[in-house]
Amino acid sequence: MEGRFDDMSQIQFDVLREVGNIGAGNATTALAQLIGGRVEMGVPTVELLEFKELAEVIGGAENLVVGVLLRLTGEVKGMMMFVLEKSSAKELVELLLHEDEIKEEGQEEFSEMALSVLHEIGNIIIGAYLSSLSTLTNLKIAMSVPHMAVDMAGAILSVPAIEFGKMGDKALMIESQFGKDDQLVSGYFIMIPDAKSYEKILKSLGL
Amino acid sequence: MGKQIKVGMADLNICSSPDTITTLGLGSCVGIVLYDASIKVCGLAHIMLPDSTQIRNNENVAKFADTAIDVLIEKLVQAGANKSRFTAKIAGGAQMFAFSAGNELTRVGERNVDATKTKLKSLGIRILAEDVGLNYGRTIEFFPETGQLMIKAVGKEVKYI
Repeated sequence: MEGRFDDMSQIQFDVLREVGNIGAGNATTALAQLIGGRVEMGVPTVELLEFKELAEVIGGAENLVVGVLLRLTGEVKGMMMFVLEKSSAKELVELLLHEDEIKEEGQEEFSEMALSVLHEIGNIIIGAYLSSLSTLTNLKIAMSVPHMAVDMAGAILSVPAIEFGKMGDKALMIESQFGKDDQLVSGYFIMIPDAKSYEKILKSLGL
Repeated sequence: MGKQIKVGMADLNICSSPDTITTLGLGSCVGIVLYDASIKVCGLAHIMLPDSTQIRNNENVAKFADTAIDVLIEKLVQAGANKSRFTAKIAGGAQMFAFSAGNELTRVGERNVDATKTKLKSLGIRILAEDVGLNYGRTIEFFPETGQLMIKAVGKEVKYI
């Protein structure tokens, strides 16, 4: 086992997809608590993608996205990223804030308030995802303070892609849809354990 | 009007006037343009990592600053360019997330830029212009007809270097 995503077997892929399913389910529950209402969830899709395809999935390399990134420490080291299209981010923030709180009058950009809500949503969703991974693998996973950036998808995704790039030419991406009253938005998780941690995760899952 | 050639992440290609060559959304990656002005031929690489010798799985030559530049030169020479006339322009190498400074993991943009400069210097290729670092993404397009590199960023004016 060389810790390469590229050589992942079907069974490893299936198990990681299941972890993705459970993690996304947990994340949705956490979001529902935050919003104080029911949150619908679509079936998550898990894909092993080439770097070149990563940004295409999120609307192209120049599409504006919000990325929340944090570092993993403890028994699993690496990074975890949560990405939303900017338009989806706006819909999500609308569940929590009034229109005039989201954008400053006459401004294109998110207000400080909207940004901090997104920051917190990212933090909660990633936390929920990681806590299922931690439970399933019995590994202790701690996370750093999250960092957020709003920019072109290609630029945001270059950060996890570079980390994956040290291991191979593909990245594992989990797309999950959630929202309220049929207004589903897509969020994307990208998990980037370092090579050793990846082996540890597979081993803990009995693979 | 020529056509526009697109270069993806960890990818490279060459182009001659009147065509143009572009790569979208450079973050911590670096876009490296090599240019032979006398025949208006250029090459563009979108590299992700500084050094192929530090990585075990290094078959993708376009992924690394060192190997991508070598391959770009090879391709340009095959296309009739003269190595002694090459000049370079580079862009990218941003730090997209504000993690605490000095962390090896997050300084990769800076290391990509350093590795690119070192490699070009060792080959005697002069860097005519650069737009690197800071904390935002860039889309770049090179026009071999004029030798100009266009740089677009979110919320900023388009500039040419």
